[in-house]
Amino acid sequence: MTSEQQYIELYNEASEVIKAKSCPVMNAVRDEAFATFRSKGFPTKKVERYKYTDVPSAFAPNYGISLSPITVKASPYIYNIKEAPIDVTPYYNNVADKEDAITALNTALVHDALLIYVPKNERVEAPIVVDNWLRGNAATMMNRRMLAILEQGAEATVIINDHAADKQQFLTTQVMEIVCHDNSRLDIYEIEETTPLCSHFSNVYIREGRDCSVKHNNITLFNGMTRNLCDVYLTGENAEITLNGCAIGSGNQHIDNNTLIHHQVPNCHSTELYKYVVDDNSVGAFAGKILVDKDAQHTTSQETNANLCASSNARMFTQPMLEIYADDVKCAHGSTVGVMDETALFYMRQRGISEDEARTLLKNAFMGQVIDQIKYEPLRQKLYVKVEKRFRGELDKCEDCRLCK
Amino acid sequence: MSESNEFVKKVAEKKYEFGFTTDVQTEIIDKGLNEDVIRLISKKKDEPEWLLQFRLDAYNYWLTQKQPTWGHVHLPEIDYQEISYYADPTVGKDKGPKTVDDIDPELMKTFDKLGIPLEERLALSGTAVDAVMDSVSVKTTFKEKLSEKGIIFCSISEAVREYPDLVRQYLGSVVPPKDNYFAALNSAVFSDGSFVYIPKNTRCPMELSTYFRINARNTGQFERTLIVCDAGSYVSYLEGCTAPMRDEKQLHAAIVEIVVMDNSEVKYSTVQNWYPGDAEGRGGVLNLVTKRGDLRGANSKLSWTQVETGSAITWKYPSCVLRGDNSQAEFYSVAVTNNHQEADTGTKMIHIGKNTRSTIISKGISAGMSQNSYRGLVRVAKSADGARNYSSCDSLLLGSECGAHTFPYMDIHNNTATVEHEATTSKINEEQLLYCNQRGISTEEAVGLIVNGYAKDVINKLPMEFAVEAQKLLSVSLEGTVG
Repeated sequence: MTSEQQYIELYNEASEVIKAKSCPVMNAVRDEAFATFRSKGFPTKKVERYKYTDVPSAFAPNYGISLSPITVKASPYIYNIKEAPIDVTPYYNNVADKEDAITALNTALVHDALLIYVPKNERVEAPIVVDNWLRGNAATMMNRRMLAILEQGAEATVIINDHAADKQQFLTTQVMEIVCHDNSRLDIYEIEETTPLCSHFSNVYIREGRDCSVKHNNITLFNGMTRNLCDVYLTGENAEITLNGCAIGSGNQHIDNNTLIHHQVPNCHSTELYKYVVDDNSVGAFAGKILVDKDAQHTTSQETNANLCASSNARMFTQPMLEIYADDVKCAHGSTVGVMDETALFYMRQRGISEDEARTLLKNAFMGQVIDQIKYEPLRQKLYVKVEKRFRGELDKCEDCRLCK
Repeated sequence: MSESNEFVKKVAEKKYEFGFTTDVQTEIIDKGLNEDVIRLISKKKDEPEWLLQFRLDAYNYWLTQKQPTWGHVHLPEIDYQEISYYADPTVGKDKGPKTVDDIDPELMKTFDKLGIPLEERLALSGTAVDAVMDSVSVKTTFKEKLSEKGIIFCSISEAVREYPDLVRQYLGSVVPPKDNYFAALNSAVFSDGSFVYIPKNTRCPMELSTYFRINARNTGQFERTLIVCDAGSYVSYLEGCTAPMRDEKQLHAAIVEIVVMDNSEVKYSTVQNWYPGDAEGRGGVLNLVTKRGDLRGANSKLSWTQVETGSAITWKYPSCVLRGDNSQAEFYSVAVTNNHQEADTGTKMIHIGKNTRSTIISKGISAGMSQNSYRGLVRVAKSADGARNYSSCDSLLLGSECGAHTFPYMDIHNNTATVEHEATTSKINEEQLLYCNQRGISTEEAVGLIVNGYAKDVINKLPMEFAVEAQKLLSVSLEGTVG
């Protein structure tokens, strides 16, 4: 049986149950999404954007599907989609790339969704925190969906934490659609801290209007197999996007980040910085494309990807791409895969710092550049500590979760 | 920038200099591709059985494959049955020309027009030339002088007859027949090309050069070049190409294989000037080429330099397999596209040996409505300790209708490797233009200056004879592209 087959059967059996637990706006696009998935199947390594991740085998094990509802604590900006304060039909599944098989599967199977809605000119001071907990006694598949809408002039910070509470095989698909109307500001942080048994597929789609500024930070601290896709569409002039990423791999972990920044209008600015440290047998992959449309003159774009291979079995793939159809632009990318500075190591060893410690310090400093970019101070401080702990090998259990305490 | 548009127009209307055809009696076999055609080509060339089998195996593999679509080019569906796979302009002479006098005078005129020194009277130019028209090598010069040193330089058909063991040992060892779709096609139907063998500890005393020309209508050119540089030797090889102006697309699917042994060095330079099609994108050559060098020996060195100005579609990735320890590879490229040309070109550097080093310098210039892509791969295998790569890809956009793209792939499997890649895309610096204008240099000249400076890193790597041609070509393609 191919990997797709069990999901096709699952849908045929369970679609009625899912539909009953869901709401009309989600059910409206469900069958169409399922048809897309059925015709496309899982992307193989021959599909350019899925070159570095073996999707069919990640979906091959027999997972039970989780249909537990989302709990929303009383908060003015965060809703279950069933209680949406506005009509979300124009947004739901309209920002996402409907042709992507993972997105299509998620749209077909997801039963509940989270909505973050910030009304016009509202400035949300405290960050909106979304905690995702993976719990279960057997191998479980979770399908998560989030929709964030920032009206004109709105401002917000969103922190999304991924945890796994049980040492169990978990498979997550996640689709996030983010719509930023003119002049809005959003900082979004995704922090993954799960277990080596988890497989995580996350597709994030961001649409920006005029004068928007969005920062997306993707931090993979501890995981099993992770595949993050982030597509950004700049549809209004003077919009700004910053994509930052930090990925730390050890053991047999697999971290694949695939980004696309699509400049559709003139005068937009994009910055991208992704850093990887891959150790042991881990595999890191980065593919980032900057696409500049013909009319998107005066685009400025800088893409940087720096990687450190810390062991002889680790493997790093990188693919920074520029696809440019406008002539008056300044676009650059740089990518490096390198070794630790021997003179710096030597300097530290001369002063009585052990080699291990010196290497940890260097790795920490290397990753520091990404963490420095985090604007929300408490989170930045927390991540400095976490990243250091991670390099010291102290983070393979989640200390702050109630189960480990 | 209205001025610039006019210039683009002017250049677009500029006639392709080498677009004439030669009226020479040519034997063309019937259109179509099947086993019989392959047997016929093989028979015409008087080939041994193993080579026929090599061709048939490649053909059978080709039948199972589909034309690749991953390139950033709009490759039309090619009707492989509408092409003739063998055209021989030397027909009528017995078993090919023996002396200059035996060559059809029309043919000689062609090469004279192209400025190819075929006759010994041009001996002073100091370059040995193998001239290939359509499917047949017309004439190779300086053979005797080279053979004094033990160097073999002849057409590949001749090499198959004279040195079958050498050819059999190396043919298909760098680019196997099953390498890719076009490599399989070439392996099945390849016609002529050059064969070079440099014996041990020999420095080739002159530049070796091959000139390719497509003349006959509705034919494809499938040349095959094989260069073997034995231990401690050196050779510099040049390749040039032109084709007449025709309204239909012409197919050119070549293979170049280079073997570099211990302590030896090969320098391979190309100035590619196939017919690029007219201003509306009609006609032109489809240049679908597989070029690869195998650095088998320790301390070996291979350097690819290419200036790409022609072809409607270019799909070409001269690559290096750095197998020997301490081997070095270089790739220098200038690709110019104008009108409706599309180029997807770059290189592959596969590091296998220890302390191997590679450098990639790629300069793309796009004008008109063209699309120019760099696509490259740097792979560092687990065994390649201390590997070092530096890649730099710059793109210059002249005009708002064109595109410039960069698709670099890096695959690093070693923790002692250092790999760097940088790329920039921009238009001509307005300040530099203003600076020149202020000093009384016209915009056109200023653009020429800036672009020449931009491409200088690569042009400097070309041998003298070719540097002049390349510079001229660049100025033909560029002098009017921006106001």
